[in-house]
Amino acid sequence: MTDTTTTKAPSRSFWRDVDLRAVAPFVALFLLLVLGSFAHDNFLTTNNLLNVMTRSAYIAIIAVGATFVISAGGLDLSVGAMVAFVASLAIMFMNAGSIASPLGMVLAAMAVMVLIGMACGLANGLITTIGKIEPFIATLGMMGVYRGLTTWLSQGGAITLRNADVQATYRPIYFESLFGIPYPVYAIFVTGAIAAFVLYRTSFGRHVIAVGSNEDVARYSGISVERVRTLTYVIQGLCVAIACLIYIPRLSSTTATTGMMWELQAITAVVVGGTALRGGVGRIWGTICGAFILEIVGNVMLLSNVISEYLLGAIQGAIIIIAMLVQRWLVRKS
Amino acid sequence: MSTAAAAQRPSGDPAPFMASEGLSMAFGGIEVLKNIDLNIRAGEVHAIIGENGAGKSTLMKILSGHLRPTRGTIRIDGEPIALSGPVDAEHRGIVLVHQEILLAPDLTVAQNIYLGRELKKGFVLNDRAMNEGAAKAVRNLGADVDPVQTVGRLSIARRQLVQIARALLVPHRIVIFDEPTASLTPVETDALLKVIDDIRRSGAAVLYISHRLPEVKQIADRVTVLRDGRLIATRDAAELEPIDMARLMVGRDVSKLYPDHVPPGDTAPILEVENFDVPGYASNASFALKKGEILGFAGLVGAGRTELMEGVVGLRTGRGKIRLNGKPVTFGNVRNSMAAGIVYLSEDRKGKGLLLQQDLRTNLTLASLNKFASGMVIDSAREKTALDNAIGEFDIRTRNKDLLAGQLSGGNQQKLLIAKMMLLKPGIVIIDEPTRGIDIGTKEQIYKFIADLAASGKSVIVISSEMPELIGICDRIVVMRSGAIVGEVSGEHMNENEIVVLATGVTTSEVA
Repeated sequence: MTDTTTTKAPSRSFWRDVDLRAVAPFVALFLLLVLGSFAHDNFLTTNNLLNVMTRSAYIAIIAVGATFVISAGGLDLSVGAMVAFVASLAIMFMNAGSIASPLGMVLAAMAVMVLIGMACGLANGLITTIGKIEPFIATLGMMGVYRGLTTWLSQGGAITLRNADVQATYRPIYFESLFGIPYPVYAIFVTGAIAAFVLYRTSFGRHVIAVGSNEDVARYSGISVERVRTLTYVIQGLCVAIACLIYIPRLSSTTATTGMMWELQAITAVVVGGTALRGGVGRIWGTICGAFILEIVGNVMLLSNVISEYLLGAIQGAIIIIAMLVQRWLVRKS
Repeated sequence: MSTAAAAQRPSGDPAPFMASEGLSMAFGGIEVLKNIDLNIRAGEVHAIIGENGAGKSTLMKILSGHLRPTRGTIRIDGEPIALSGPVDAEHRGIVLVHQEILLAPDLTVAQNIYLGRELKKGFVLNDRAMNEGAAKAVRNLGADVDPVQTVGRLSIARRQLVQIARALLVPHRIVIFDEPTASLTPVETDALLKVIDDIRRSGAAVLYISHRLPEVKQIADRVTVLRDGRLIATRDAAELEPIDMARLMVGRDVSKLYPDHVPPGDTAPILEVENFDVPGYASNASFALKKGEILGFAGLVGAGRTELMEGVVGLRTGRGKIRLNGKPVTFGNVRNSMAAGIVYLSEDRKGKGLLLQQDLRTNLTLASLNKFASGMVIDSAREKTALDNAIGEFDIRTRNKDLLAGQLSGGNQQKLLIAKMMLLKPGIVIIDEPTRGIDIGTKEQIYKFIADLAASGKSVIVISSEMPELIGICDRIVVMRSGAIVGEVSGEHMNENEIVVLATGVTTSEVA
């Protein structure tokens, strides 16, 4: 008799706890949608929602990469500056015009972005793992480096894609749709699906979680902690590159302030999504949900006219703190 | 005795006397303490013993105000009281010395001792008074620690003394020690027992929780045994031998704790280590392990046993010759030694063995994930089967399979760790402190497991600070002192005396 009570009571509270933390961001998203529908008649239209999702694409994709880094117990503050750096180099590559066909040029530029992004990520990773420098300091330094290099490349001005043919070829990636859904929205979900598969179903993903949970246990289990950590930064670099792929066709131009404060938004999306900043828990779909929440908050502010949109940064900053408080509260409840 | 002790007290306050009546505690409908009637006399050392999960810690937390009982009364000096919290308990003279070191490593000894109750001159900290007070408090414990030393630079034993000094700074009538000697060497343990004796002489009572029964026999005046949340007996320590205490704790005869094991004959060694150095920890160590053998490593804490083994398997930088089945090998990292069939189970189960925040399945397969993956993709069905098998084979007791590793008891965590490393199908198993903090029933199971492993042709190295355990299960025992292998005992020479002589070097001329 007592046996049945012992097995049941604790397991139920355990599941309640786990569910709450995983489900919380989706509940928040739902509530926000309800709130938004009151704010403006045009809010809950397919058009507006697709538009919001499209605009959240950069942050969502960068934040998916950040989910890997943070789950493994790291942090990357350089992602915003890296976007500016990678996109600037790609535009300069296209302006150099060594390939005649516009399509060939765009494809080559994409390959260049992927390579540079992964190289930047590798640099971040090696500095933190081989250099044994705290990720906060290492990536803060690299943030300055990437940002400074971009300012230097642009000589303080803008770097603009000059070839009209290339521009015309590249434009649809951001602005066109397939079956009524814009390409950037596909990019979010494809990136998310691949990332979720890697994090939840592969041994690499399991190692990421193990390293983030307890580095020593991972090491004593025969896992190369440095290799796993470094690879998470490379994945972050790749995600930054993918974000750049979608970013360039939108404005065809970069400046020294491109991607400013995106690191804050990416980290906010990750934390809002339920990933623990101390590592050991990674929630890819939660992160994407978090990115949507951030963009929708901006959208609602814009549509409702109740709060000035100049307060957007303050609101987003407040969201990360509220998300942390909610996380802490949910942990305490267990 | 209590009257004599009371007479020694400086002021005329009444003799400390605490009692609990019908104390019960339930968590979520599960009773973990049932009707505990305990009385504590002034000037006695009262030991509380019991297996893990018997309710010792819960009882201590209630008596020190950290938990409120579901039912029952606590009386002090005959007056029923309700403790509102640990601060309230401290005001009433009940102090708890925690098992873990809870000190700020970057603050000095004096700053730690006075943390939260700083002495001030007006608004300014009175550092001189605090340093003097701290020096005196530590000196009273028979230690010489500089009060302006940073705590992070002290040894574990000295930190513990600082923690005790901090606890004793408040006027105390009952001091509760929760397994204070778990990480101390024999010399440090003796020093601590002297401190406890001093507290007793001052007329205060000591509640003493320990797994080490000989120590309990040595220091306690009375012993209370808990089992499954019930108070089984309170006896005078003089009436009980350690074996009797064990029997009361477990509730059955435990004379046959160690399994039989036939040492292997004169076979060629499977693992030979020669002139191995682990910089800063071990030097010039040589030993050999035979197939089917259980080889013990004895020594004081800090003798370099753990570090030597970590060096051998590639978890630390080490230099020297290693031969496996006669062939020279080098292990640049732990993955190499795992691949060669050698596994090392860390003494630090919670810190280096298991991911406490992850579930059992993740922990079980972590070291051998490639066996559960086709390509890079993990086959979770195969993992689940492996967990079912491990739960059956190693008798891991868990109320459900989705628990986190940190929710298991210490003994079951150790079984899970063993199961995890055995998935690597090793030929050589190195187990560091296999039964630390584990109750006697589980100990028995682990000893049997080690003996079975050796009987099946595997070789086992056991590092342990518990000598009876090494003598009970090992075929041969290597003794280390200050980073060097100083001897080896086997057969009739495997007794505590000879090992202690080697481990401490007391009778040799070159004292470490």
